[in-house]
Amino acid sequence: MTVTVLLFASYADAIGERSMSFDIDAGATVADIVGLVRALPGAAQLPREPLVAVNERYAKRDRVLAHGDEVAIIPPVAGG
Amino acid sequence: MRTAIVEREINSSALIAEVADHANGATLLFLGTVRELNDGRAVSGMEYSAYRGMAERELADIVAEAAKQFVTDDIVVEHRIGTLTLGDASVAIAVAHPHRGAAYDASRYVIEQLKQRVPIWKLEHYVDGSRDWVNSATGDRPETEHV
Repeated sequence: MTVTVLLFASYADAIGERSMSFDIDAGATVADIVGLVRALPGAAQLPREPLVAVNERYAKRDRVLAHGDEVAIIPPVAGG
Repeated sequence: MRTAIVEREINSSALIAEVADHANGATLLFLGTVRELNDGRAVSGMEYSAYRGMAERELADIVAEAAKQFVTDDIVVEHRIGTLTLGDASVAIAVAHPHRGAAYDASRYVIEQLKQRVPIWKLEHYVDGSRDWVNSATGDRPETEHV
């Protein structure tokens, strides 16, 4: 199954992409996707446990993903 | 209640008018503005970006929580994104309530939650021409150093 990964701000700059697709096995979790993203060139210094949102809501690392999910890796927010 | 992520100047007078009601004895306006100095570096401007769909929903959730907790529906919040210059308002929170205590509490709740939860980022532009991502959730310097 396929999920879309979104990157923003400093994370997008580090990896050089804003949006990517990943083919993953059934049962894959948020933590698995974070591991895949951290293996990309430029991503080695992403935190081990970044904030992640699934379908626009903050999600825990053990959240199991479904086909078509939108997984956003969220850098420290700085609104206001 | 109303919340919005906008790409235009914030009209704070319009926000105050929007929360006006004869039931209210207190009206507060909080403005967050771009300041000229951050951590000792001279700032020339700020570029705000957002995970827009989530930012809109998270902001709406925060205001709904504040409305329930402090018992007023008269809360309007706008957060601006895009390129801002010194003195520009990046966020405006208008709250009206029958009493001032709850108005202050609601306004404070909204800004503190916004800073923790709403996926918005700022790229600071400095007078010397350099740029850095700001990590204001912790008050630290940009995480470009460790990302």
